[in-house]
Amino acid sequence: MLPVPLPAPAPTRPAPTGEAVLTVDNISKSFGDNHVLQGFSLAVQRGENVVVLGKSGSGKSVLIKCIIGLLPVDAGTITVLGQDVATLDHAAMDRLRAKLGFLFQSNALYDSMTVSENLVFPLRRQWLTHTPAEERDLVRQALEDVGLADTADKMPAELSGGMRKRIALARTLILRPDIILYDEPTTGLDPITAREIDHLLRAVQQKYNTSALIISHDMNCVRLTADRVALLVDGRCYAGGTYEELAHHDDPKIHEFFA
Amino acid sequence: MPDNRLFTEISAITRFTGRVFREGLRPRYEVRELLYQCYVIGYQSLPLVGITGFIMGLVLTLRLRPTMVQFGAESWIPTMVGLTIIQEMGPIITGLMVAGKAGSSIGAELSSMRVTEQIDAMEVSGTNPFKYLVATRVLAATLMVPVLAVLSDALGLFAAYLGINMKGVTTVALFANNIFGRLNFSMVLPAVIKTFFFGFAIGLIGCYKGYYADKGTEGVGRAANSAVVVASLAIFILDLISVLITNLLGLN
Repeated sequence: MLPVPLPAPAPTRPAPTGEAVLTVDNISKSFGDNHVLQGFSLAVQRGENVVVLGKSGSGKSVLIKCIIGLLPVDAGTITVLGQDVATLDHAAMDRLRAKLGFLFQSNALYDSMTVSENLVFPLRRQWLTHTPAEERDLVRQALEDVGLADTADKMPAELSGGMRKRIALARTLILRPDIILYDEPTTGLDPITAREIDHLLRAVQQKYNTSALIISHDMNCVRLTADRVALLVDGRCYAGGTYEELAHHDDPKIHEFFA
Repeated sequence: MPDNRLFTEISAITRFTGRVFREGLRPRYEVRELLYQCYVIGYQSLPLVGITGFIMGLVLTLRLRPTMVQFGAESWIPTMVGLTIIQEMGPIITGLMVAGKAGSSIGAELSSMRVTEQIDAMEVSGTNPFKYLVATRVLAATLMVPVLAVLSDALGLFAAYLGINMKGVTTVALFANNIFGRLNFSMVLPAVIKTFFFGFAIGLIGCYKGYYADKGTEGVGRAANSAVVVASLAIFILDLISVLITNLLGLN
């Protein structure tokens, strides 16, 4: 059993400051005749965890890939930390991405590199000048944050699914991002490991005061991590509110998620 | 329609080639990754290419000998074997072996990185994956195949010398004189130049097939397989083109 690395989240959640760090305004994205997003809007405030809840294939992953700039939007604007993503050139986008963490659903660890090389890669690529000693410290700190301090020299293939997820989170954390985008962080994990990851997400938010946009269809994950939930149905933001508000809603489309 | 598919594929490869030059030539250069790829594609293919080159030289000599003796042209064996190895067999066999070894591994590596979102992760980390993964591999293959081909030629000639000495006695000086006395730059240069194109084709096709692989494990297998098949075919086509050009220029 893995040790739970950071203290369990306190019941009182940090209050968002009211400043929007990520705004998605009326975006649309289609693949041929498949209209995935049709006028989706959302805002994430500083220090807030927002979960986008939707069925499989509802366009959640497309949304998150549009935000990070891996996919261009057809219409609408995405503003991250005050910058319109569509207007940025490659270099400016790279600089922005240093403040924008992304945890992939498949973890996307480089399997030809060790864990510590995986962690050092974004540091070196972002040209954040670090001495080898500083790099080692940052790697150690990031691994301690996720409770896997002794895995630095292991290869990703030697780790379990939950451990790989933690390492992927450590690789995201090492750049100290302002916003972290989580693409289905608990998919494919057993319920116990999934809960540990959920607690870890909360702990990261509290320790580094990061904002987060979490894509999920795992209701436990939604309940444990969300300050606010946005429901993605038919390419639009169908409803928004806290978990409790939505859970007690009468609308059948909302209710079917919480049934 | 199959014809349409072929044209679409050709136009996609052409655009991919343009992007390799456009992005590869723009700084900052990924020197470290380039050197590592030279090590992987060049150094790690060396034993395979060396052994095949050696065997080819030996087999060619031993096979040619009875016929040449029949015609009383035994003294021409080094020249014939030398010209065959340097102009055709060395470059072709090296190209095919590198396509089989490095081309397939580039295809498999990039396609599995694509499938497991590692290429996206690289982009998110502030790295241009096209520059880091594709441009370096294409350039490394372009630079390493000529080096490997020259080494393979040398080993093939050495094997030919051994083969001749199995049945008769020839001094190194006579053997070398026999070959190099009849060689000139216009024979060697086209053979070396074409190996740059072979390397470029191997790197480019491996990267193209890997970079645009379909999702899923099937996509990985298909990328690795078609990287070898298409690169091997491209090598033969390039070889034909090089022969036609040298003939046209009267360099043979």
